[in-house]
Amino acid sequence: MSELLVADSVSKNFGNFKALNNVSISVPKGSIFGLLGPNGAGKTTLIRIINQITMPDEGKVLLDGQALNSDHIKDIGYLPEERGLYKSMKVGEQVLYLAQLKGMSKSDAKAQLKYWFDKFEIGAWWNKKIQELSKGQAQKIQFIVTVLHRPKLLIFDEPFSGFDPINANLIKDEILKLREDGATVIFSTHRMESVEELCDHIALIHKSNKVLDGNLIDIKRQFKSNTFEVGLQSNNKEAVIKEIENKFEVAPATFKNVYDDVKLNVKIKPETSPNQLLSFLTSKAEVHHFVEVIPSASDIFIQTVNNN
Amino acid sequence: MNHLSLIIKREYLTKIKNKSFIIMTFLSPLIMIALISVVAYLSQLNNDKKRTISILDESGLFSETFKNTGNTTYNYISNSTVREAKAFVKEKEQYGLLYISNGDLETVSKSVRFYSEDSPSLTIMSGLENKIERKLREEKLISNGLDIKQIENSRVNVSVAQESFEGQKSSKIDNILKLAFGGIAGYLLFMFIIIYGNMIMRSVIEEKTSRIIEVIISSVKPIQLMMGKIIGTSLAGVTQFAIWIILLGVLSTILSIVFNIDLMSVQTPQQEVVQQAMDNPVLQDEITLALQSFQNLPLANLIIAFLLFFIGGYLLYSSLYAAVGAAVDNETDTQQFMLPILMPLILAVYVGVFTVIDDPHGTVSTIFSFVPFTSPVVMLMRIPFGVPIWQQIVSLIILIGTFTSTVWFAAKIYRVGILMYGKKASYKELFKWLKY
Repeated sequence: MSELLVADSVSKNFGNFKALNNVSISVPKGSIFGLLGPNGAGKTTLIRIINQITMPDEGKVLLDGQALNSDHIKDIGYLPEERGLYKSMKVGEQVLYLAQLKGMSKSDAKAQLKYWFDKFEIGAWWNKKIQELSKGQAQKIQFIVTVLHRPKLLIFDEPFSGFDPINANLIKDEILKLREDGATVIFSTHRMESVEELCDHIALIHKSNKVLDGNLIDIKRQFKSNTFEVGLQSNNKEAVIKEIENKFEVAPATFKNVYDDVKLNVKIKPETSPNQLLSFLTSKAEVHHFVEVIPSASDIFIQTVNNN
Repeated sequence: MNHLSLIIKREYLTKIKNKSFIIMTFLSPLIMIALISVVAYLSQLNNDKKRTISILDESGLFSETFKNTGNTTYNYISNSTVREAKAFVKEKEQYGLLYISNGDLETVSKSVRFYSEDSPSLTIMSGLENKIERKLREEKLISNGLDIKQIENSRVNVSVAQESFEGQKSSKIDNILKLAFGGIAGYLLFMFIIIYGNMIMRSVIEEKTSRIIEVIISSVKPIQLMMGKIIGTSLAGVTQFAIWIILLGVLSTILSIVFNIDLMSVQTPQQEVVQQAMDNPVLQDEITLALQSFQNLPLANLIIAFLLFFIGGYLLYSSLYAAVGAAVDNETDTQQFMLPILMPLILAVYVGVFTVIDDPHGTVSTIFSFVPFTSPVVMLMRIPFGVPIWQQIVSLIILIGTFTSTVWFAAKIYRVGILMYGKKASYKELFKWLKY
């Protein structure tokens, strides 16, 4: 079995509002799965259904092949977007309480907590109240609360908001490490650069419907338009441009380069190979720059949302 | 450890470790004792004030009527006009001048005047009126040819001895005792609901504003969290109440020994009358009877019913408080939802106070002791007067039924409401949430 989590045709209504319409996703084991979508698309509703906070009206969710039930609570670690802790409760006490609610024994929770406190070098915080910590420090505690019980499935909703770049990086490394140790991560965010960096699978939800999903590389292949950024040097720029325009679809390009080049986006037909384009170009001018345009996650996101 | 007990433990410990809770627990009895002492002291001070009332009695009928008492001195003036007397009283800064003119009894009764600097106290006026009326009535009786002695002798004191069919003796004081019992039980429940219901509501709001709720809710069911909160807070409440009662007992003992302030001496003039009546030997018997009847109270029934109705009523209302907490974002928004909760509660107390005293088994009190939102208070007030067990059971079943459905209803609102941020819910929305 290669899928840790499968949501099958999940629908959810709030009164007359359809928050999720027949959404199916499957999250491969050991992957980092990006759940993307504009605000109000239904991401949080789906995450809450996976966490058994709300029940779906239709459809089912399977974790490790089993329909979700209360035993799965201990298998999931959830960092919600709206996050917080009891402000006037001490750090140590609070983490132990939350870990026990997740089904850990007190001694196990203590040992794990010690491991994380040592790792983040925050042992001195044990007897501090949350309200005495800075926002970033509280977020670290919240991260520990999420991962302390060694869940199989980690769900992060906008995990980097509120972290400074150093701590965001620290958390990112931890997420990658947790994945190496066998955890599967669902990752909901608007920050496309972190999607690019971390996710191997994505699903895009828009207006309560899933509009796109799959392996990020496959999706990028699917979205690429056989366009190449081309930088040329020639004594007769106009003539060269004319000749290219006659054979291919051309648009001006704006990449950065050290030369005062002719900069073009050249689109070739699917049956034309990049080599054919390249040999055509070398015959006309000196080629300094030749890169295939691969759409970024952000481009795909915007394009898909606008098309729907 | 299962979730519910974990939550109860946390709620309980956070409550009793909270600074303001600790301060309230130990300060309130002090404040209460201080207040009562101040009132006791002030009322003693008030009674200590000596006053002199001058009397200008032109009729000469009342020369024996007004006798000096502890605080009031009567000063008879003769051979002077009203104007002179007034000037005299004013100059001596006396309390007032009572003027009775000469003439036949009718004229006298209509011409009594009281002159004073400030408006006189009601108790003093009615005291004066009583004395004058009694004297004039005697005079009238004599003038009608009746013998006062005979009339005095023919006066009869009747005290109806009450006895139930089972042969239990009771008395009017017995009724007062029952009333006190029921009243205290009902009032205790009322206070408990308001104080700790609010505490539950605040703790729900706190979880919403601190945004921890979603983390918790991903581990436990909302109804577990809600019940854990209600039970944990109630236990903290019971702890606080117990400490209050112990502290009040200890403090009032210490105070009365050390400072010799008798807290029971907070007296109103009415109580003085009761006090006098108590000295009456006939009533002495009644007190002994009342002590007997204390033992005759259905104590076992009282205690069991108290516990059951107290718990039922408290859970009924506190689940509503929890729902209100879930429906709002901050405490200022709770107003619109508080009224419908407080109304039946206040109604219950009023029904209890006005109808149960009048007739504990009358139609109104009987009906309200079955209506679930008022039954805990009203039934608790009725039970000392002897309510058939079947009525108690029926009322309890209705209460439990309603309690189950309010908890269900509250849990629904709670479940949806805790995840709604930055939104002030209307009743219409709450209704929609029930269907989510």
